[in-house]
Amino acid sequence: MPLFTSPDDVRTRLAATGYLADDAIATTVFLADALGKPLLVEGPAGTGKTELAKAVATAADAGLVRLQCYEGLDEARALYEWNYRKQLLRIQAAGDGQKWEETHDDIFSEEFLLPRPLLTAIRQSEPTVLLVDETDKADVEVEGLLLEVLSDFQVTVPELGTIVAIRKPFVVLTSNATRELSEALKRRCLFLHVDYPDAEREKAIVLSRVPEVPAALAEQLVRTVRTLRALELKKAPSIAESIDWARTLVALGLDTLDETVVAQTLGVVLKHASDHTRAAKELGLN
Amino acid sequence: MTEPALGGGGLVDRHVAFVAALRGAGLPVSMAESLDATQAMAAVDLRSREQLRAAYAAAVVKRAAHRATFDRLFDLWWPPAIGDGEPIHDEGSPDAESLEEVEPADLDAIRKMLRDALRDVLLTGDDEALRRLARQAVSGLGRADNQPGRQSWFTYRVLRALSPETLMASLLEAVLAGEERGGLAEKVARQMLTERIRQFEEAVEAEVRRRLAEDRGVEAISKTAVKPLIEQVDFLRASRDEIAELRRKVYPLARRLATRLTAKRRLGRSGRLDVRRTVRASLSSGGVPLTTIHKPHKPHKPELVVLCDVSGSVAAFAHFTVLLAFALREQFAKVRVFAFVDTCDEVTSFFDHGDDVVDALARMSREADVVWFDGHSDYGHSFEVFNQKWSDAVTPKTSLLILGDARNNYRAQSVPALRSIARHARHAFWLNPEPKQYWGSGDSAATAYGDVIPMIECRNAGQLQEFVEAILPI
Repeated sequence: MPLFTSPDDVRTRLAATGYLADDAIATTVFLADALGKPLLVEGPAGTGKTELAKAVATAADAGLVRLQCYEGLDEARALYEWNYRKQLLRIQAAGDGQKWEETHDDIFSEEFLLPRPLLTAIRQSEPTVLLVDETDKADVEVEGLLLEVLSDFQVTVPELGTIVAIRKPFVVLTSNATRELSEALKRRCLFLHVDYPDAEREKAIVLSRVPEVPAALAEQLVRTVRTLRALELKKAPSIAESIDWARTLVALGLDTLDETVVAQTLGVVLKHASDHTRAAKELGLN
Repeated sequence: MTEPALGGGGLVDRHVAFVAALRGAGLPVSMAESLDATQAMAAVDLRSREQLRAAYAAAVVKRAAHRATFDRLFDLWWPPAIGDGEPIHDEGSPDAESLEEVEPADLDAIRKMLRDALRDVLLTGDDEALRRLARQAVSGLGRADNQPGRQSWFTYRVLRALSPETLMASLLEAVLAGEERGGLAEKVARQMLTERIRQFEEAVEAEVRRRLAEDRGVEAISKTAVKPLIEQVDFLRASRDEIAELRRKVYPLARRLATRLTAKRRLGRSGRLDVRRTVRASLSSGGVPLTTIHKPHKPHKPELVVLCDVSGSVAAFAHFTVLLAFALREQFAKVRVFAFVDTCDEVTSFFDHGDDVVDALARMSREADVVWFDGHSDYGHSFEVFNQKWSDAVTPKTSLLILGDARNNYRAQSVPALRSIARHARHAFWLNPEPKQYWGSGDSAATAYGDVIPMIECRNAGQLQEFVEAILPI
């Protein structure tokens, strides 16, 4: 049963949770849901990729299961693991009275299985959003692991058999593109590239996240951030930084963005010393 | 869709032809993805063009770099309008009518009217109005009847007639509304307006392509409409914008290379058994060592010496490569860079402290002592100077990289000097941004130098990336 009825439905319900989607985002989320395919979201840091998954979960009133990827993530952390310690205890506690066959059947049962995020998401009977965050940070082998889960929505545990999803979760994979994900994985996903939003939408986002900021200041701020993005910087400011900047200005009780204010608060948006100098020079601060 | 003007055929035929065009432009669209696209098409509202675009993009575009190509082709194959017309659901909009009233001969009146409209649109920044105006401008000004019965459409005619840049002064005045000039406010406003003007220019280009496609068939235009990916742009022919974009790509590229390198290292054989950690880990399984833990292999880190020609013709290539070398410096024990035109100087210090790249490049060409005689490339003399002054820079731990097109202006080649530099290095490579078939032609000393040092063709960022990946230490 799909979570959403149309792209417009996606947009309105995401907006209700505070996530302002554009046409492309709303349509792609709708399609991922309607076609039952995983959604691969790629884009620069701080453009709201993880936020999208959270917003979808809230909008659809679904549980969120999150798998954070990192170097060295393995099956035992992503899929499931047998609880060795508990099994050992069980064997020791059994004493001499019990036959080995009984013990053997016993220690490989549900009770001794530790489900990790992928298995948890598949066994959920309520609507679930599975977020696989920063997929590019994980090793290539993890992608192989994801393939079975994402294409058939099933997990095979040799001792227990194959566990098939009761209800297909809505899967969101995010990536910063630090490495190219494998073709096999990409082919199974719908792809959404999230970039910096246009001025109009960014202003709306800032206003919805920081309602205390006056509209005129938000407009000024968004335009200034866009000017910064046009410079040759090591790390261009993202939406997260625009929001932080708005919060800073509100906290400082400032209502206009002139040279002095920008020079004082530039550290909120630019995180490299050399970017700082460059921006100061190009914008004529000091 | 029944559009005789566009070649007719059903929706499926159009889809198949569009996918073929995408494949022709280098997007790897698999059969499964093509099927996904049709499924997606069925799920969205086909009356909304943006939904269709998003549906296609989600199913067939799997790399952000391909997006621009996709958008261009999408605009050609699924055009927003036919002929001069407005989109069907917008029928009878007042703007469309107003153009009809002007006599076609009265070009000046059209020009003036469009220019005023353009000024308003640039001020408000309304996307929809901007595209509509671009459509009107192209039908009003972009047509040329060069042969009887055959029309042609030109971007430059429209842009020259409207010359959006000349509107800048009055636009700035309107935006700033009396605020003082020259400060931050002006810079921000100028940036915003430049961006909108660029949008307008792009809209005009897209519109011209659409009109051309109507006259000559979509397939013919598709082939020429596609810009090469930035990785495929030839270093020697890159425009200023492309070079700036390339520079922006250096850090992401370096990060990607470094990630891949770490992955490769981990896959390589692991080091010796780490007894302490293995025993510690076995405690949690009752003293049985279920998993053994190995010490990581210590990577071999060579020193990198880059010797690059920074004369005008190949400067873009040298700059990009040097920036990449510095972005990757953690992978090397040490990076030293020497620049030359007709003599040689060390320029490492300009890049050393994570300084701003544009500044570093500017300072390098201003302050470094690279010109000795007339400022034309002289590889022979440069090699001799390097050999005299810095021969100790190249040691058996060094990987030597020489960057340049080996166009020596018919001067002495000093092959022995190069041989003595390269002899001490652990590895030596020469990257040449010229196509291989030109090597050794005219004043190119590529053949002579290529005998001493393996010479590798490196015309674009893609090839450079492949090369760096192959030589990086494991």
